[in-house]
Amino acid sequence: MSDFNPLQEQESIVSVTDRVVPVAIGAAVTAVHFLGDTAVFVGAEEKVTLVDPAGAMSPVEVAFGGVLCSTSDGKRVVMGSDDGKVLSLDRDGTVATLATDAKRRWVDNVALHPDGAVAWSVGKTAFIRAPKAEEKSFEVPSTVGGLAFAPKGLRLAIAHYNGVTLWFPNMAGKADVLEWAGSHLGVTFSPDNKFLVTSMHEPALHGWRLADSKHMRMTGYPARVRSVAWTAGGKGLATSGADTVIVWPFASKDGPMGKEPAMLAPLKAKVTMVACHPKQDILAAGYSDGTILMVRTTDGAEILVRANKGEPVTALAWNARGSLLAFADGQGDAGLLEV
Amino acid sequence: MSTASDKIPVTVLTGYLGAGKTTLLNRILSENHGKKYAVIVNEFGEIGIDNDLIIGADEEVFEMNNGCVCCTVRGDLVRILDGLMKRKGKFDAIIVETTGLADPAPVAQTFFVDEDVQAHARLDAVVTVADAQWLSDRLKDAPEAKNQIAFADVIVLNKTDLVSKAELAEVEARIRAINPYAKLHKTERAQVKLEDVLERGAFDLDRILEIEPEFLVAGDDHDHSHHDHGHHHHDHGPGLKHYHDEDMQSLSLKSDKPLDATTFLPWLQNLMAAEGAKILRSKGIISFSGDDERYVFQGVHMMLEGDHQRAWKDGEKRESRLVFIGRELPEQLIRDGFEKIIPV
Repeated sequence: MSDFNPLQEQESIVSVTDRVVPVAIGAAVTAVHFLGDTAVFVGAEEKVTLVDPAGAMSPVEVAFGGVLCSTSDGKRVVMGSDDGKVLSLDRDGTVATLATDAKRRWVDNVALHPDGAVAWSVGKTAFIRAPKAEEKSFEVPSTVGGLAFAPKGLRLAIAHYNGVTLWFPNMAGKADVLEWAGSHLGVTFSPDNKFLVTSMHEPALHGWRLADSKHMRMTGYPARVRSVAWTAGGKGLATSGADTVIVWPFASKDGPMGKEPAMLAPLKAKVTMVACHPKQDILAAGYSDGTILMVRTTDGAEILVRANKGEPVTALAWNARGSLLAFADGQGDAGLLEV
Repeated sequence: MSTASDKIPVTVLTGYLGAGKTTLLNRILSENHGKKYAVIVNEFGEIGIDNDLIIGADEEVFEMNNGCVCCTVRGDLVRILDGLMKRKGKFDAIIVETTGLADPAPVAQTFFVDEDVQAHARLDAVVTVADAQWLSDRLKDAPEAKNQIAFADVIVLNKTDLVSKAELAEVEARIRAINPYAKLHKTERAQVKLEDVLERGAFDLDRILEIEPEFLVAGDDHDHSHHDHGHHHHDHGPGLKHYHDEDMQSLSLKSDKPLDATTFLPWLQNLMAAEGAKILRSKGIISFSGDDERYVFQGVHMMLEGDHQRAWKDGEKRESRLVFIGRELPEQLIRDGFEKIIPV
């Protein structure tokens, strides 16, 4: 009885569904992060729930509005709310207010730098607060769609309409603009700092090679790309938006230019979330029908983590060690898997 | 067909500066209807009702990257609706108030082109508040005002107490020259029944029932005045004067003969692709040969959606009717094209 049977009778793929620790959050979950081995489920409605690996829940009482965005560096979770606040939450459940917008406008995006700097945006303005430095702000021509820190140096990518502004907060007045027509709603640097990729309003990604600003168009998606994740070592960019996980190759100096992406784990449902294992060539994918698969990126081998339950998967994350996977759907049905 | 009733209805409230939009909005919010609204506004301050979510917008319009210049959407609206949908359950309906100078098309098109918006929200109606005292002037000097009238599903003709009966008839005729199809309500201080402006289902294919001009009796073909451009108004039966608007026109087409789907649909699609920039709104109920169901379509500029609606009823006249409202509408081109696809 101690060995789990990898082959279920009716299913052709290996299943670990019976090893998932179920977690009932009870309300819509928009994101999940890990602080050590503690999973932090962020709900849309004034609700954050900390869950230990055994599944024990401790809801955090927080007096703020709806959470619009969140991010984590593994040490704290930073959130932006619809009543104009930037909040941080640490592992023992302590909530601190980092900033409050004077007009209580929506905080649409947040980003965290490995050295502790926090960035957020309200309307057209991006703000940054680095440790031991004063708060600085930068206004772009239109509403900020996404924020990302470069892996090296203090440099913030601000996505907006018709391109991305690269802002160096410590260099007065200096900002580079990478232009591409359209609305850019998300932005990410490759871990080697060589490429910048945005997800656009139309179902496409756009990329720039930072050395020479050369364009990369990544198109062909049936739906908007809402979730992207760099595979272990930054060799590939895994993305949602299709009925397979699309992984663009970024290992060579030309990135995905002139190359076909890998298409993994096809299902009769759309991929809604992707999360890459921090160390191994494994990713987790959540689908619009509630299915969750673990996929080996080298050969496409699949393991079933959760069967299709109907509601789309809205949150998916690994802890930093790669020993735990957490997930949740739009109804608050969640779980933890120890790998 | 995407008519799921669990989608959040969105009412777009337009109107030129000073027409009474804010008055109507405050009425909607303060009435004891037991509903909670999320209201997307451009100016904070003038409204403020507890229990309702008020969100500031920026009216950021951008072009879609699909090679279609008229295909513009409101980027800020995509972002705000995205945020609001995370808080479903906190409100029952959404109202988008535009500025007085706004073109309603990008707002409406946002609901056609953005799949995430489409999955959770549905456009209910474009409601335009017009000032009975000043609209006639604005129609002469402000193209935005004309757009808002042409685009409307519901027109609230406000401040009727400030004009004479003759002036009211005049402004009503001006409105009808641009948009004969919208529901029109004459009000003082925006006193209109809420059910006349909310939950209209104007973009719901299931609810396209009839597309007769609102003020004409059957058989009276309104568009004959298009033939005499020099002659600006002429008496038209009891009551309403009949105007012709130089910029904004409407056109209705009709056929008793069943149409062939394999020629009609390509014609319609090509027409929209070529002339969609000029065609603000379109609607149609179509009878196809060998098809026992009514086919309905509606469009905003180049965005078209259509589907079978229901079976033709016994005794129901199986005829096809189409209407177009547009700026410098290529009337002859549309008529000729339509004539050609009517089976002989």
